[in-house]
Amino acid sequence: MEFSTFLVQCLNAVQYGLLLFLVASGLTLIFGIMGVINLAHGSFYMLGAYLAYALAPLFGGQFLLQMAAGVVLSVVFGFLLEWVFFSYLYQRDHLQQVLMTYSLILVFEEMRSILAGNDVHGVKLPEWLSGAVALGDLMKYPVYNLFASATCIVVALGLYYVVNRTRLGMMIRAGASNRDMVRGLGINIRLLYRIVFAAGVALAALAGMIAAPVTSVYPGMGGQILIICFVVVVIGGIGSISGALIAALLVGLVDTFGKVLFAQFSGLSVYLLMALILIWRPQGLKSKGY
Amino acid sequence: MNIPLAAAGLHQPLPPSKTRLLPLVILLAACLLPMLLSEYALDLVVKIIIYAIFALSLELLVGTTGLISLGHAAFFGIAAYVTALLVPGSGPGAILLMLPAAMLGAGCYALFVGALSLRTQGVYFIMVTLAFAQMAFFIFHDTGIGGGSDGIYLSSRPAFSLAGIALVDLELPRHFFFFALGSLAAAYLLLAAIQRSRFGRALAGIRTNEQRMRAAGYRTYGYKLAAFVIAGMLAGLAGFLMAARTGVVNPELLSWHESGAVLLMIILGGLGSLRGAVLGAAAFILLKEFYSSEAIFAGFAQHWQLSLGLTMILFVAFLPHGLIGLSRQRIWNRKQSPAAQGGAHV
Repeated sequence: MEFSTFLVQCLNAVQYGLLLFLVASGLTLIFGIMGVINLAHGSFYMLGAYLAYALAPLFGGQFLLQMAAGVVLSVVFGFLLEWVFFSYLYQRDHLQQVLMTYSLILVFEEMRSILAGNDVHGVKLPEWLSGAVALGDLMKYPVYNLFASATCIVVALGLYYVVNRTRLGMMIRAGASNRDMVRGLGINIRLLYRIVFAAGVALAALAGMIAAPVTSVYPGMGGQILIICFVVVVIGGIGSISGALIAALLVGLVDTFGKVLFAQFSGLSVYLLMALILIWRPQGLKSKGY
Repeated sequence: MNIPLAAAGLHQPLPPSKTRLLPLVILLAACLLPMLLSEYALDLVVKIIIYAIFALSLELLVGTTGLISLGHAAFFGIAAYVTALLVPGSGPGAILLMLPAAMLGAGCYALFVGALSLRTQGVYFIMVTLAFAQMAFFIFHDTGIGGGSDGIYLSSRPAFSLAGIALVDLELPRHFFFFALGSLAAAYLLLAAIQRSRFGRALAGIRTNEQRMRAAGYRTYGYKLAAFVIAGMLAGLAGFLMAARTGVVNPELLSWHESGAVLLMIILGGLGSLRGAVLGAAAFILLKEFYSSEAIFAGFAQHWQLSLGLTMILFVAFLPHGLIGLSRQRIWNRKQSPAAQGGAHV
């Protein structure tokens, strides 16, 4: 493999990994803190992508403003969703939650089909991001992908700050390690749940909005990312954000280079990685650590 | 040896004697169906039967042993592929060869998956089973073994013939119906027998408190692995029937949607009961059929997923113990407090 090709693949891998991290971090928080197996998390990614598609005409070229509006909308959506569908589920069996979230997937998919149709839609890049950077003599790398990676890194740093340096983050960390104790100490766990859930939805939707111009917007995009993100969460260790970051980058690398090196078995590579890691460490790379 | 089991609180309440014969009655009633139903409706019943077997096999893991697998469709699909690949070039294949081969194929993969994934627990177990199912999915999807993503067609359906006379010919809808019904009855009986056996009690003990079972001297890993392989083989039985029914096999049979759907069926029906699994499979398939029927919903029928999803959300909200919980609750209420009939305590 030539060096410049290698470099481009590395950049792709990192970009994919960071995008996965955005979706998986919300999933791991919801998993670790609320104890909810949220199969509908992929739908939030899809929601973000379709938001990008729907909001683009309204905002013209104001790409950043449009993303901000999308994030606000998805936070509101997450808040309402938790209130209506999840708030009475915490006392129940995990399996009831599986049933509920699987049903939600069906509902979201069908709403998507009613509202936006079943066609593949492209989302236009803003002009200031549509160029390419030269790498070596022949290869070029699109500016937008760099922008996407940079945005993900900023969000990841922000997430790290909130979780590790703020009072809210302290409650979240405490909630992940011992839910009952947190409740016992008089923290409003319901509100905490609602905030975590809304944040998870917003992170997944943001990932969808970032991905939309690259991957375009299509039916079933949620299911695909959901399974990969579960893999990331489990490899990283449930409830661990830093674990999710390491795992997401690892999955990004293995998937990207798997496609380049063993095209025939590319679908397998990620799951093989997961199986190997879990046989080595049944609790994931980082269990309950930050 | 009864003492440790009793001490562990492993009494499984038998169903009330009044309804103990219910499965038999339903079986006998089902035997009349081919005379009453159209070919289309009969095919629908066969589909329900196949999914009922599939759901029963998962019930052994989830409801009895407490192992939540989200990769159960792998065994279903692998058996279907083994069936399709064993169809001979000319003439029908022999059931006596193909059925055991399909179940064995599923069982072997279950042994492999179970041996590795049972090292993990809880949510990790859910995800590892999913990962192994996805691996199987991609093996069939990306390589040419089974025709890639398009799948393969079965040129003929299996048959069982003795001395040149075809006793069971799955090409004939009635033969197929009775063969499937017989398979369901056999699977149900097997699982009922397991639940009552020492082995089944041990599995139930593992579900309630694995630590305690280990302390009582049980090697729980072996028990769980045995349950996993049996469940995989029964799913293989369902997969064999599925391949023979539709005459086409594709990777979708192994997809996580399928694993999710069968998990849904047993939760919908009510966990911890074989009847619940059968009821859940029937309810799920009938609901899907109902909502996607254009005669009833006209143009909205194409949006059946929305109606199905909303219905299931209502089920979750109002039936925490599944459909089977509904009947139990009623019987219990009537027995416990006759006053409730007056409506005072309901």
